[in-house]
Amino acid sequence: MTAYEPVIGLEIHVQLATRTKMFCACELTFGEPPNTRTCPVCLGLPGTLPVVNQEAVRLGLMIGLAFGGELADRSVFHRKNYFYPDLPKGYQISQFDEPLVSGGQLGDVRLERVHLEEDAAKLVHAGASGRIGGSTSSVVDYNRGGTPLAEIVTRPDIHSAEAAATWLRLLRETLRQLGVSDVNMEEGSLRCDANVSIRPVGETELGTKTELKNMNSFRFIEQGVNAEIARQTRILESGGTVEQETLHFDPRTGAITSLRSKEGSHDYRYFPEPDLPPLRVPSELVDQARAAIPELPLDRAERFRGEHGLHEESARLLAFRRELGDYYEAVVSAAGADGDRQQIANWVGNDLVRRLEADEDAESDPARSKVAPAALAALVQLVGSKAITRKAGEQVLDALVAEGGEPQAIVEREGLAAIGGGDELRPIVEAALNANPDVVEKLKSGNMKPIGAIVGHVMRETKGRADGGEVTKLAREILGL
Amino acid sequence: MIDRDTVLHVAALARLDLHEDEIEPMARELSAVLDHLETIGELDLDGVAPTAHVLASESRLRADQPHTSLPREVALDQAPDASDDGFRVPSPQA
Amino acid sequence: MTDPISLTAVEAAAALRRGELSPRELFDAYRQRAAADDTNSFTWLADDPTTAGAGGFGGEDRGVPGADTVLAGLPVAIKDLFCITGVPTAACSNLLRGYRPPYTATVVARLQEAGATILGKTNQDEFAMGSSNENSAFGPVRNPWDRSRVPGGSSGGSAAAVAAGLAPVALGTDTGGSVRQPAALCGVVGLKPTYGTVSRYGMIAFASSLDQAGPISRTVADTALLFQHMTGPVDPRDATSIGWGGADELGLPTAERLDGLRIGVPVELLGEGVEPGVRAAFDAALRRAEDLGAEVTDVALPHARHALAAYYVLAPAEASSNLSRFDGVRYGNRVDADDLVSLYTRTRHDGFGPEVKRRIMLGTFALSSGYYDAYYGRAQQVRTKIVEDFRAAHEQVDLIATPTSPTVAWKLGERVDDPLAMYQADTSTLPFSLAGVPAISIPCGLSEGLPVGLQLSGPVFSEQRILEAAHALEQAIGFDGTPALGLDAVTDGGAANGGAA
Ligand SMILES: [Mg+2]
Ligand SMILES: [Zn+2]
Repeated sequence: MTAYEPVIGLEIHVQLATRTKMFCACELTFGEPPNTRTCPVCLGLPGTLPVVNQEAVRLGLMIGLAFGGELADRSVFHRKNYFYPDLPKGYQISQFDEPLVSGGQLGDVRLERVHLEEDAAKLVHAGASGRIGGSTSSVVDYNRGGTPLAEIVTRPDIHSAEAAATWLRLLRETLRQLGVSDVNMEEGSLRCDANVSIRPVGETELGTKTELKNMNSFRFIEQGVNAEIARQTRILESGGTVEQETLHFDPRTGAITSLRSKEGSHDYRYFPEPDLPPLRVPSELVDQARAAIPELPLDRAERFRGEHGLHEESARLLAFRRELGDYYEAVVSAAGADGDRQQIANWVGNDLVRRLEADEDAESDPARSKVAPAALAALVQLVGSKAITRKAGEQVLDALVAEGGEPQAIVEREGLAAIGGGDELRPIVEAALNANPDVVEKLKSGNMKPIGAIVGHVMRETKGRADGGEVTKLAREILGL
Repeated sequence: MIDRDTVLHVAALARLDLHEDEIEPMARELSAVLDHLETIGELDLDGVAPTAHVLASESRLRADQPHTSLPREVALDQAPDASDDGFRVPSPQA
Repeated sequence: MTDPISLTAVEAAAALRRGELSPRELFDAYRQRAAADDTNSFTWLADDPTTAGAGGFGGEDRGVPGADTVLAGLPVAIKDLFCITGVPTAACSNLLRGYRPPYTATVVARLQEAGATILGKTNQDEFAMGSSNENSAFGPVRNPWDRSRVPGGSSGGSAAAVAAGLAPVALGTDTGGSVRQPAALCGVVGLKPTYGTVSRYGMIAFASSLDQAGPISRTVADTALLFQHMTGPVDPRDATSIGWGGADELGLPTAERLDGLRIGVPVELLGEGVEPGVRAAFDAALRRAEDLGAEVTDVALPHARHALAAYYVLAPAEASSNLSRFDGVRYGNRVDADDLVSLYTRTRHDGFGPEVKRRIMLGTFALSSGYYDAYYGRAQQVRTKIVEDFRAAHEQVDLIATPTSPTVAWKLGERVDDPLAMYQADTSTLPFSLAGVPAISIPCGLSEGLPVGLQLSGPVFSEQRILEAAHALEQAIGFDGTPALGLDAVTDGGAANGGAA
């Protein structure tokens, strides 16, 4: 049987975080009552004209610069003509063959282009209407209509549904850290279409692609693309041919249906928007865009790996969640040159985050928690120097999360200081051995496994202030092993 | 040169209903006009750039400052079929 | 007392500013004549201007314009294509009949700021598509020179209203000749300004890359007066607006001579379609120009004969897209249907007239898959060649002169079944539209008792030069517009059209 390789390209629509719409000055707000954010322009009233929002251009440039794309000296808006109630003018103004940005790359996926366009309005199903005798009707809300969008189109560089979802997560985080969009899939500010084809492994020609529309979560993208790969594989294996078409994936049923039949064949009759002369980006705007770009996740992860010596996993975790990365760096700087960065990464990325996320009322951004970076730095230092055990350190962290404060003070207040040398610990270990004669017997016969029971006993007695290694060492001494 | 099928296809794209007795005259009139337009097919236009905008050579950009939107009752005032809060249409899926 | 109707707009505005004439008096004089109109020039007339309501002296929030404004209450008739808050605006289409916009077109607002009063909305071809004003949901306009004839189009109502003395000045729009050609056929003055000098915001779009608002008036000076207040700074609401980009400030024309002016005559636009009577009047006008000191020469516009084909691809293509918004959802008249597609197709079938449908079909076809390059793409290339032709011509001459229309006004109904013959009415005006250059039409004589128009055009932003030359010629030609005006008592000092020829 032939093995097939999936070839996937993505088209992502990103709502840009401007104050006003793409071509009119209506304010963009989420959740306003329907049709309260409209004007003659975004209602498509006769005689009205579009004017380009400079901020949308700046944000588009930031995306292009962040991905190393080529910024066009001159880009052109076209009209994409089709009729739909969510499209008040009967056409969408969108860039076509002369986009704002060409090329670029994020991770191992190359970008085809980034272009600007306007979003459609929202169509709300309203059920049976009085006016149109009994048939179902919808109501159009033009509040969202005209929201600036950046459409990001990738090259077909992705070869599995999982890789598509992973890359999209990277894209979302990158866009979020750029600050160009809310990138909220539930609210529709990030939407994804996938172009999917398959080909026999080793083949270089592309197979016929289909377009999966509007998948609104990472999970659905993975499921939808996998379902489409399976569908195409079945077709090819049974000797059929894949038809180029637009498809809809229903995540509830897992079914894939064609969208083509309803609309008739698409012929968008693109032509240059006569109401908008070509867009020539002022160089000051490019400078502004460049200055506004922060360090992006992939670069930061690389720095955490290279300069900080963090493990791959820690580096990515901290870099891909900007607030964690920022907090981690604050702790590192509080800890000074001697700070153990991997330990700090572990405490921030695991212990602290878990505690913050477990508490629904708490803010999951550590910078807004009660744990000051200097306090966490001090805590890591206490554990590192064995002044307290890791277990005790976790208790200190609990206290810091709950009420803030200084680790040293908490250690003293709660009596969490590690039980030091043999003098203090020896009697407790002896007591533990005496209380577990069966364990002692096994240890003496050379089976060291049950030593954990002795350590556990001591820990209980000392409320975790003992060092496990020290307990083992003492036990061996006492038993003469 | 414009046949009935082409007329119907173009009318569908343009969302224009044509009654049966309007189709043939439309085909005839469009053909006559298009025949005349063929003269531009004779010109040698290799390498000639298209002109989309005759004067303004670049778009002015607008500052991202909100204006006051229309009150909803004004937005809905001229709609042939308005609900309390929107513009009513038959459901596209209906 | 002089009949206020006999005053030119310049004279009337001056009398208003001096307080010798009240805005009310002038408004009522025109309002009464317009109400008794038999040319069907108006689709709507402003009510008593002193009562609340739309139109009149500028709507609810405006009072009577003060004597401190330049136009000081001068009534202006506005083509139905312009949106005015609360005023019926239908572009003479059944689809929009009854529509009242919630905003006012920039050019109208600028005129109001300068003190103009809205007298009424004028009849036109539906969505400005036509050359005879017979494509109107409000019925055809009749030519005041002969009521069995067309006034030209699409700004037929504006031209007829001015010619018949129903309005001192009017606003029209010109896409391929829609100000100049009706001005010619009605024996009045009409200017198509440089593309972009007048904001298009609020002017219902026909073909966006060509549409320009223009004044129509009885005299060249009146046209200059109106144009001064139509253009101005860039309109931030129109990205194609460039405002007044001319070197000089616009003034009222005063030239009496044309010494040193080089006028070029393109042979390409004097072909077979030009009626002998039109040719004779045109040639006579050229001789007048020479008498005034101008030098008349031939000039080449090699691609001008392809303008018609390019225009009838580009304009319908843009129109097909511009008119997609008329779908019966947000405004206008709807034909109800159970399903969405039928709602669209029936609304548009019943709402649009035959010529509009023809152009939507033509434009949709020209843009459709497989045909774009052969039609739209090539037409845009032809446009480039035409622009280059004009640039080259203006290296040799200052102005270009042609007859505005190859024929005088024809009989109502004569061409309605022959779209191509109708389109050919605009042969002489289309090249200038495609090039975006300014052009004026002034009456230059009669043929068979009907007015003939002379078109004068120059490079972009040469409006002042055009107006000066047109003014000097106007004085020399001494065209008498009173037969259309129907004024018997124009004798006591207020001759309408510089009668000293
Ligand atoms: Mg798109
Ligand atoms: Zn708006």
